[in-house]
Amino acid sequence: MLKVQDVDLYYGDAQALEDINLHVEEGEIIAIVGANGAGKTSMIKAIAGIHTPSKGSITFRDNDITRLQSSAICELGIGQVAEGRQIFPAMTVRENLEMGAVIKRARAKETETLDRVFEMYPILKERQTQAAGTLSGGEQQMLAIGRCLMGQPDLIMFDEPSLGLAPAIVQEVFRTIHQLNDAGLTIILVEQNVAVSLKLANRAYVLENGRMTLEGSGEELLHDDRVRQAYMGL
Amino acid sequence: MMGFNMLADLTNKGRIGLLLFLAILISLPFWSSSYIISVATITLYLAILGQSWNLMLGFAGLLSLGHALFVGVSAYLAAYLFSVLGLPPVIGIFPAVLLAILMGMLIGYLGFRFSIGGVYFALLTIAFAELVRISVDHMAVIGGTEGLFLQVSEGDRKGVDLINLRGHPWMFYYLAMVLAFLTLAGCRSLLKSKLGYYWQAIRDDQDAAQALGINVFRYKMYAVIYSSGIAGVAGVFYAFYQNSLFPESVFGIERSIEVSLGPIVGGVGSLFGPVLGAFILTPLGEGLTELIDFLKSSGIIDPKSKLNGLKLLIWGLVVALIVLFKPRGIWPWLNDKLGFCRKESD
Repeated sequence: MLKVQDVDLYYGDAQALEDINLHVEEGEIIAIVGANGAGKTSMIKAIAGIHTPSKGSITFRDNDITRLQSSAICELGIGQVAEGRQIFPAMTVRENLEMGAVIKRARAKETETLDRVFEMYPILKERQTQAAGTLSGGEQQMLAIGRCLMGQPDLIMFDEPSLGLAPAIVQEVFRTIHQLNDAGLTIILVEQNVAVSLKLANRAYVLENGRMTLEGSGEELLHDDRVRQAYMGL
Repeated sequence: MMGFNMLADLTNKGRIGLLLFLAILISLPFWSSSYIISVATITLYLAILGQSWNLMLGFAGLLSLGHALFVGVSAYLAAYLFSVLGLPPVIGIFPAVLLAILMGMLIGYLGFRFSIGGVYFALLTIAFAELVRISVDHMAVIGGTEGLFLQVSEGDRKGVDLINLRGHPWMFYYLAMVLAFLTLAGCRSLLKSKLGYYWQAIRDDQDAAQALGINVFRYKMYAVIYSSGIAGVAGVFYAFYQNSLFPESVFGIERSIEVSLGPIVGGVGSLFGPVLGAFILTPLGEGLTELIDFLKSSGIIDPKSKLNGLKLLIWGLVVALIVLFKPRGIWPWLNDKLGFCRKESD
């Protein structure tokens, strides 16, 4: 479904990604783990078209998306829930959700999708006229996920979805990701919570200093000594 | 037209307030002096420009410190077409506004294509305004530093000729009023349209907007196009009201800053803020000038004392006080107190 080949990414002179190779099949959950600054967010931004790689190619369902604008990439069905939630605090919950459906592929079925999101998260329906900035951290994360779903993506990239959330809510978020995958969505999950994300994932990649150093099934990496030492403190 | 649903935003109190305001404005020429009318005309002119500037910063989060550029190129082109080719401004306004928009698009393209954000974008706008100012200094065909003048005959001051924009000061006053209200209605419908929401999203969190597939480049360009277009219309008005254009007084950075002060004082991002700001600052500045003249002529202060900079000093003080105590501007605060507006977007 998604194929990243030999990708290099620079910010000015600083290299953020080096020779990245990665593939995602339809219906998979892929985890990408790594320390802070390893390049996880850069990779998501490269796929989403927010940063353009200087070398290599990214293809999505036979479309070369390496140099496409981010809006065009969203149209093809790649959505993302960005780090830190990034909701629009001054807009209402409802307006935030509508913002998720601005792309063409989402407009026709906007009301149906909205109903589905409200069904998934009834609290958002209750608070739809409230300013999004007044929601709790967990509710804001639900809103961010709901808003992403409004764009009707086939592939969702989650960047640190558990960051700064209470443990009970973290569980809720992971349950949601699992449900979305069951419903047919393909998931790329970037997480600091390595143990949970490896359990959830079919396959996983380990990123270190902008390079892929390990690749394997979630189960394999979960029992890999290097991973256990470096990221799980075991 | 959607823009005229403005009344729907207002509470009954707000409607009465607006009607009173309109009644005073419309009746003003009948009970005041020609001096007051000239101050009110400039106030309305600055209210148009303040709204144009606010469209970029307040709606879309783009700081312009070169708005004099859009006003100036349009003013010069319309004046040139009229004085040299005899083309009436009613036609000349089209190429003039188009030129202002093209300038805006050029700056926008460079800024957004190469992701020049925030204060660096503002520097880009200053650079272009200065570049054009210096170029015009050396363009003999439009007068250079000597200025470009429009002929005014005695009869022109009496009639009403909207095609050639020649006429009585009352004509210019009412024209400025109509333009200011059309701008207000236009800005309102833009703000309530999808475009307005896209701008708000881009302003609040550009990364998030981009992640949702909002075409940030395109919608920022729209903001610049609308803003420079409105400034261009104001520029044509300015040329034919002033009848004289000088590079320094048209393109100078003081002009660009003057445009930004009204919205900052009135309330950046609000609809009525820029209008209110213009109505606070312009009369205040003029009142001060009058007061100083009066004090000089009555001998209370030494007539030879140099107080030229006092107006700017007081304006600076007002802006500093606003930023310190009412950073959102006067309108949002006033509206909270008086409840004129049902739901002004922040």
